[in-house]
Amino acid sequence: MFDVDTLRKDFPILSRQVHGQPLVYLDNAATTQKPRQVIDSLVHYYENYNANIHRGLHKLAEEATEAYEGSRAKVARFIKSPEGARSVIFTRNCTESLNLVANAWGRKFLNAGDEIVLSVLEHHSNLVPWQLIAKEKGAVLKFVDIDGEGRLRVDQLEQLIGPRTKIVSLVHASNVLGINPVRYAAELAHRQGAIMVVDGAQSVPNMPVDVGDLGCDFLAFSGHKMAGPTGIGVLWGKPDILEAMDPFLGGGEMISRVLLEESTWNELPWKYEAGTPNIADGIALGAAVDYLEGIGMENVRAHEKSLAAYAIDRMSALPEVTIYGPKDPEERVGVVAFNYGDIHPHDLSQVLDQRGIAIRAGHHCAQPLMRRLDCVATARASFYVYNTFAEIDKLVEALEGAGRFFDPDAAAAARMS
Amino acid sequence: MQFAEPELDELYRELILDHYRHPRNKGTLDNATSKAEGFNPLCGDEINVEVELEGDIIKDVAFSGRGCSISQASGSMMTAAIKGRKVADAIALLGDFKRMMTDPEVEPGEDLGDLEAFQGVAKFPVRVKCATLAWHVLEDGLESKS
Ligand SMILES: Cc1ncc(COP(=O)(O)O)c(C=O)c1O
Repeated sequence: MFDVDTLRKDFPILSRQVHGQPLVYLDNAATTQKPRQVIDSLVHYYENYNANIHRGLHKLAEEATEAYEGSRAKVARFIKSPEGARSVIFTRNCTESLNLVANAWGRKFLNAGDEIVLSVLEHHSNLVPWQLIAKEKGAVLKFVDIDGEGRLRVDQLEQLIGPRTKIVSLVHASNVLGINPVRYAAELAHRQGAIMVVDGAQSVPNMPVDVGDLGCDFLAFSGHKMAGPTGIGVLWGKPDILEAMDPFLGGGEMISRVLLEESTWNELPWKYEAGTPNIADGIALGAAVDYLEGIGMENVRAHEKSLAAYAIDRMSALPEVTIYGPKDPEERVGVVAFNYGDIHPHDLSQVLDQRGIAIRAGHHCAQPLMRRLDCVATARASFYVYNTFAEIDKLVEALEGAGRFFDPDAAAAARMS
Repeated sequence: MQFAEPELDELYRELILDHYRHPRNKGTLDNATSKAEGFNPLCGDEINVEVELEGDIIKDVAFSGRGCSISQASGSMMTAAIKGRKVADAIALLGDFKRMMTDPEVEPGEDLGDLEAFQGVAKFPVRVKCATLAWHVLEDGLESKS
């Protein structure tokens, strides 16, 4: 394993204070902090070899192109892309990656009456793009429900994926609940000739992901949730499908030969990267991948699993706490969504913030799921490699304090004494 | 002081907590003359406001919905403040309240009474929306009526 205290020194932000208290950052599912190595990589690019890529025939352009393409190769290796870097398209974020598939694949291959199978626990970014293309094409959306423990209903998955299904798109690890059986879903999809799209926003950063083994056709994720910078995301796709679709955006870089009336497309993956890309952040994502590989994704997973187990254990001991999703840490990444009695998550998070503890409060971009769970919102603590057991102790202590404060009976009792 | 942190005491004034724990005018009206609902997409807070007008007097008013302590207390204190008053007075109060929340430097034109407890919320920008939600809904309701 690795030593967390040593590793924390790589993250400059972790030594800052918030409201006079050491920062306890537990909002990693929203975005993770960045190690010095990633920050340095950004600065190094701008200070030493900033240039546009693929176009210049000068030294700086050559270095920038090499670093950007080198980063693509690192990402390909990181997710064990069977056909290497050709499959790796850089986008702005996971959301753009999913929009790319919905638009490029949907526009070309979807017809009226075709079915798209999703689930009730999708992030808005794996829901709204499908709503848009379904409306345009007259396709039909189908939703797999969850069971009482927040697990995807596999029986419904089997039922809903049928001969009319063209696309199955599911989140691999939910940003609220647990890990979904996407490999099995891919099998079901392929049996019906449908494509399988996986939202890997919460899985790729937190556990080893072997995209070939998953068996999906597309995998989308964001750099900023895996110690990388904002503004860079990835769409991994099977080359034959990427070849068959038409481009998403048109412009420079993505073309081969341009005539006034029509054009031909560049090779993969550049066919899908129109215009000057986010060079600096693309390169820094490579630094993030190096960083995570240095720790080892098995170790990242193991550490987060033990944090989640400890958090669930300690929080379950508080009678007011409701934890959402499967309780077995094996079935989730380092995400614990919860509510504390009737206290609104905003109030909880406000009190915690004053103690330097950052958690998320709200609907987590999953409004349909909140309705399904019959709550307005939840609080959520989410962990990354640098979090510690002591931080979870602080969280639990602060939760108890907030509970005493907002509970009317306890408050009245305190005034009496 | 209830918290070790004075900032929190300023946000969660005793009066606000009292209205949160024991909301006034919570529910629906049998003879509502106007209804409106509002939604804060940031946190999922929902507030419904029902008003029963008699001429230009707010004869009765009630609120319902789900949300954080600030939004619920605001609904409660708003209804308490406007019940029995003229529509024009309620609209003037609404203007003063919104001004207090968005520009804490400006002295409220009218004595806001209990509503001044929300002054501390203005220092927490993300919570201002929670405090003003009920008022926006009231505004919608009164406008749709006129
Ligand atoms: C499960 C899931 N999918 C998709 C996204 C969207 O990521 P981004 O906002 O970086 O595009 C997120 C991030 O919030 C997420 O948690």
